[in-house]
Amino acid sequence: MNLELLNLESVRALYIVAAVLFILTLGGLSNQESSRKGNMYGITAMSIAIIATVLGPQVTSNYGLLILLLLLGGSLGLILSKKVQMTEMPELVAILHSLVGLAAVLVGIVNFINPIQEYFGIEKTIHSIEIYLGIFIGMVTFAGSIIAFGKLSGKISGNPLTLPAKHYLNLIMLLVVIYFGYEFVSASNINSATTSLKVMLIVSFIFGVHLVAAIGGADMPVVVSMLNSYSGWAASATGFMLSNDLLIVVGALVGSSGAILSYIMCKAMNRSFISVIAGGFGTESSEVSLSNAEQGEVQAIEIEEFKTMITSSKKIAIIPGYGMAVAQAQFVVNEIINILNKKDIKVIFVIHPVAGRMPGHMNVLLAEAQIPYDIVFEMEEVNDDFGNIDLSIVIGANDIVNPSALEDPNSPIAGMPVIECWKGTHTVVMKRGMSTGYAGVENPLFFKDNTRMLFGDAKETLSQLLTLNN
Amino acid sequence: MKIGVLKEIKDNEKRVAITPSVISKIKKLGFEIYVEKDLGIEASLYDELYSTSGAEICSKEEIYNCDLLLKINKPTSEEINKLRNSQTLISFFSPSLNPELLELCKRDNINILSMDSVPRISRAQKMDALSSMANVAGSRAVIEAAHCYGRFFGGQITAAGKINPAKILIIGAGVAGLSAIGTASSLGAIVKAFDTRPEVKEQVESLGAQFLTVSIDEDGSSKDGYAKVMSKEFIDAEMKLFAEQAKDVDVIITTALIPGKEAPKLITREMVEMMKPGSVIVDLASQQGGNCELCKKDQIVDHNGVKIIGFTDLPSRLPSQSSELYANNLFHILDELTPHKDGKIMIDMNDDVIRGMTIVKDGEITYPPPKVEVSVTSKPKEDKKVKESPKIPSKRKSSIIPGVLALSLLFLVGAFAPASFMNHFTVFVLSCFIGYMVIWNVTASLHTPLMSVTNAVSSIIIIGAITQVSTNDTLSLILSGLAIFIASINIFGGFAVTKRMLGMFKK
Repeated sequence: MNLELLNLESVRALYIVAAVLFILTLGGLSNQESSRKGNMYGITAMSIAIIATVLGPQVTSNYGLLILLLLLGGSLGLILSKKVQMTEMPELVAILHSLVGLAAVLVGIVNFINPIQEYFGIEKTIHSIEIYLGIFIGMVTFAGSIIAFGKLSGKISGNPLTLPAKHYLNLIMLLVVIYFGYEFVSASNINSATTSLKVMLIVSFIFGVHLVAAIGGADMPVVVSMLNSYSGWAASATGFMLSNDLLIVVGALVGSSGAILSYIMCKAMNRSFISVIAGGFGTESSEVSLSNAEQGEVQAIEIEEFKTMITSSKKIAIIPGYGMAVAQAQFVVNEIINILNKKDIKVIFVIHPVAGRMPGHMNVLLAEAQIPYDIVFEMEEVNDDFGNIDLSIVIGANDIVNPSALEDPNSPIAGMPVIECWKGTHTVVMKRGMSTGYAGVENPLFFKDNTRMLFGDAKETLSQLLTLNN
Repeated sequence: MKIGVLKEIKDNEKRVAITPSVISKIKKLGFEIYVEKDLGIEASLYDELYSTSGAEICSKEEIYNCDLLLKINKPTSEEINKLRNSQTLISFFSPSLNPELLELCKRDNINILSMDSVPRISRAQKMDALSSMANVAGSRAVIEAAHCYGRFFGGQITAAGKINPAKILIIGAGVAGLSAIGTASSLGAIVKAFDTRPEVKEQVESLGAQFLTVSIDEDGSSKDGYAKVMSKEFIDAEMKLFAEQAKDVDVIITTALIPGKEAPKLITREMVEMMKPGSVIVDLASQQGGNCELCKKDQIVDHNGVKIIGFTDLPSRLPSQSSELYANNLFHILDELTPHKDGKIMIDMNDDVIRGMTIVKDGEITYPPPKVEVSVTSKPKEDKKVKESPKIPSKRKSSIIPGVLALSLLFLVGAFAPASFMNHFTVFVLSCFIGYMVIWNVTASLHTPLMSVTNAVSSIIIIGAITQVSTNDTLSLILSGLAIFIASINIFGGFAVTKRMLGMFKK
């Protein structure tokens, strides 16, 4: 059976259509209204690309197997997407990244053992480099994503792994990869090339594992975006290897998207990309503990007092953090907002760019709870207006509301932009206990005169507020 | 343990030590509470309120049987005589002025915790009744002034003519002063304030007042949180300033107190005479002799039409509010005293706050406490003055060097690479730029959907696998089949979850 309905030129033409649609997909995400259309463009583009390839001259047999695998994988993907909790999005994204990485590795290996085309001279060298690079990036993405998944889902400790001389370790591994790359490219027979490739596979796996394991939990948003970027570059490298422009274009789009996200996340934490990659928060700066003992004492409040504080406020800012996601409190929050709106109390949400475990995580959780996005603001939009806010409620956030980022030049998080809720009249911090955040830094906010602490599980505490109705 | 709350016996005292609002909190600490009959009647807190909150109402004699007694004003010698061995009393005491009362308590082995000896450290602020009463007094001082002043405080332009706003000078920007500033400016007056401690300038201005300064540079901050006595030059300059202001302002409120000393005389007879008739002076330091020369304790003096108010019972004039604040202060002290929440107080002399408050314990006078090096000023409040702003690592490095590097790299690639590679490379570089342009427009709230959709999109790698599947080599077939399988998980999963997420965003 041969379904070769399209010639190479027609396939290419369809690839152009797909590439344009992919660009529109990303463009569509510029606002909420157009984003759904954007997703549809993406689905269309992908369908066009796959169908064109299948009907093109490069696929000549094994159609049944191909379609079977597509459907199998597809159903598994659909099931995953239905079952996943919105709080688990970072984990899902991480594990999906690992799949792209793995696919890149597999495609690279197949191309190596069963080349479609024979190359000579400089073209052969370049092609070998492309294969090697594609497999390397794919492997690092795969290994790194697996570790990121483990960390995000709590299967692996979120603490940064600090091996002695970890930077040198990374450097040595990279040098090994480069050396075997040279061996691979200049190998005279297939056997020695295979050996080089095997060594590289192992080393790059360890490299990927170590790279992400050394990064602390607070930096996860950067890691997830970084892996997103890598998965794009892996696709691009595969595109070079297969001389397929669609893969190159799409890979480059994804790669730059992830890179920009990483940059935005780093900026939100006032850290350089290099320092994030080089290691976690709180590893080198643990001795810079503030004069904790002298910070005074926190003032706890009871739920009844909290209720009166809420009802006597006109404008309330809610600052959610990862704790809200953990407690699954976003739905209760929405109910409370409805009650407060009936009482003519204005509620807004203030989101820090790195709140949660991946870029935009909080927004998704709030959207899931049907909180209208026009009351959800970014940090910069609100920071100057805290003077008008009567009550800020911090739900399970810590480092993103830490004043020492601005006030203490020795703090490990100095210079990181934070939500300046203490400038409002009152702040109530809902927390389980007095533990520090991911950055391991004491938070002077808790000791401020206009801050009250409300200890306990955020969801339970918030549920008690539902009686405000009466 | 039984806590007894005594009714105040001082004349004109309307406050009570405990209000119904804190009773349930105190009971949670494990105590039983007994209040004297008609305890809060002057503060509109009737006995029913206390009994419904869980307190027992009983007679004065029964109260004296309790283990721990609470009141506000310093005990009289009669009151102390009614107390017995190892009972504890918490109230104001002014130990430095009442050595004979201290001796009495020592003799009878009564433990005394003095509310006016709470150290001024930030941890103890919630227990500091001097501050909470000063807050009430400051606010009430403005009301008393407004009552005696024959005009509006706020300005207006009406059909019947223009009303000028009153000008108010507030001397001393401590708790009382700041409270007075807040109240006066919310009544619409033009408020000016003076303090010897320059660091309060910001606080004064934040309440809407103008901060007055003298040209001499001297810091009046001291280690105990109060202002200290200033040099002669400074005082001369200060007096000159007050004299100038006296001609101009309609109301002066003085709050200058230095602990344990007679209040400094800041407003002289001449200054009073310079003021416009009808002006008002409220002297909050009248308990310690007054800041104004002509002030008489608990009286209103009329000097050539200028009224000088010397009330010392200002907090008692707002009895329910002051009582509630005082009760809260007491609750925090009790909370501190019962670390195990078992209804038993533990006077822990290693705790700075409790050590400072405890003036008689186990038949010994423990006043004055050893100096505790603490104050608001010795450790500047982080939120008040931050001189050194954190250095933000500069990200902007010269872009010339990377630019040159990139350019030479491109040349290198161009020099060696074959044409086919250069074609792909062009596509690659341009795509990176398109990606760069497009992604910056993505709104931050959609970053998670962006990641999941790019994730699905990057599974375009499936195309590579598909092109490899038509092979007879088994290993290649297995590997590319596996690649198709996992990439399609990614495609379907990624798009579906993005769709699900985007569906949730709504206005």
